Amino acid sequence: MKLKFGIKEVVAIGIGTALFVALTEIQIPTPIPNTYLQPRMAIMAFLAAVFGPVVGGIIGLLGHALGDAMFYGSVWWSWVFPDAVVGLAIGIFAKKYAIKEGGFGNTKMIIHFNVVQVIANAVAWIVVAPILDILIYAEPVNKVFVQGAWAFVGNIIIIGILGTLLCVGYSAVGAKSSSLKKED
Amino acid sequence: MSKILAYEEKDTWIHQLSGVSKLIFFLLWCFTSMITYDTRILAFMVLFSLIIFKISKTKWKQVGAVFKMIMLFLTLNVIAIFVFSPDQGTHIYGTRTVLFHIAGNYDVTKEQLFYEFNVIIKYFTVIPAVFMFLVTTNPSEFAASMNKVGISYNVGYAISIALRYIPDVQGEFTKIKHAQEARGIEMSGKASLFSRIKNTSSIIFPLIFSSMDRIDVVSNAMELRGYGKHKKRTWYMEKKLRRNDYLTIAFTIVFMIAALIITFADGSRFYNPFV
Repeated sequence: MKLKFGIKEVVAIGIGTALFVALTEIQIPTPIPNTYLQPRMAIMAFLAAVFGPVVGGIIGLLGHALGDAMFYGSVWWSWVFPDAVVGLAIGIFAKKYAIKEGGFGNTKMIIHFNVVQVIANAVAWIVVAPILDILIYAEPVNKVFVQGAWAFVGNIIIIGILGTLLCVGYSAVGAKSSSLKKED
Repeated sequence: MSKILAYEEKDTWIHQLSGVSKLIFFLLWCFTSMITYDTRILAFMVLFSLIIFKISKTKWKQVGAVFKMIMLFLTLNVIAIFVFSPDQGTHIYGTRTVLFHIAGNYDVTKEQLFYEFNVIIKYFTVIPAVFMFLVTTNPSEFAASMNKVGISYNVGYAISIALRYIPDVQGEFTKIKHAQEARGIEMSGKASLFSRIKNTSSIIFPLIFSSMDRIDVVSNAMELRGYGKHKKRTWYMEKKLRRNDYLTIAFTIVFMIAALIITFADGSRFYNPFV
């Protein structure tokens, strides 16, 4: 686990959050009404997988709060924290993925990454978000669970496709810069 | 790119407050508004926010576009609550006064209307606070004053880098998007879901790569200048907490405690006019 908090982490949080906020607006409409795929989630998953749990969690928290405030003028706190949960969970395995060193690319890693993201999203959107919605905003129980389930599906799709592609792609390019190979 | 809320320099006492006092106000204000469902408190908060909003001399054109967007979400949410749970009001307030019948299980009840009215004004207590915070707080000053009240300067720096680079990243995104569109990539809703994801990724890939480079460049530059060498930093934009700051913080805390006491005086977070 990578818990060191150095210059790179500070800058990664800063620029990662900026990316997350800037991409708030980019939403891919799906056939299900009122549900959008959010590429920003894939970016967060990728940055968490590269820089670790602290960076991932803070990008989720800060990015979601700032992005909502700047674009929508209000912060829906019960959906801010689940983002941090996803970032944190994926980030825990940053060292294992070794994306910058070019270690991410084989099928086993991809499956591992996706299993982690599905579990993290399930906890975040089917457990944390609806419960906070009910506790904080006293919203109807069936509404919040349906919303949570939609968010869950949307996020696992976008992280599963775009997030995985980003990790594989960046890992392939990153490997070139240090082109030493282990001899067989 | 649609317009987002950004800092604009003006000369009012709200602008002169330290960023930290405004952050404390903003967070506690949101917290209070989150906890309470007491209509009297919420009504007071709306009124108060509007007055503050007026004092801060924020112009409609600074926030209008965002405000319209919020109204859209608000409307959708209120309708969704009714569709999913037309009896949430009854569930909360314990009585059921039917005004008229729509179809099937859907009755319009006084309780439901009152509950949804509370949901709506809850939005209106937070919106002006968010607008004000973003429009009147200088990002650099904010980072400096966060450090001044004892928060690690790494946190302040991360936030100030984020605020500093949002416009840059947006600009870069637009540039890449135009370049890709010029090459004939369809970004609108006409394409199928999978190709939409693919097309979006053709913008996001270059953006990620350049951002990863940017992270390296910026952190190298900071390292060269000895960032993180000492436990303390000095700040160019530093602002000391002054009388008005202490007054603001004191008011916020007193208000929050009073609001919570009034809300929970009858043992429930809801104000119930029906019994």
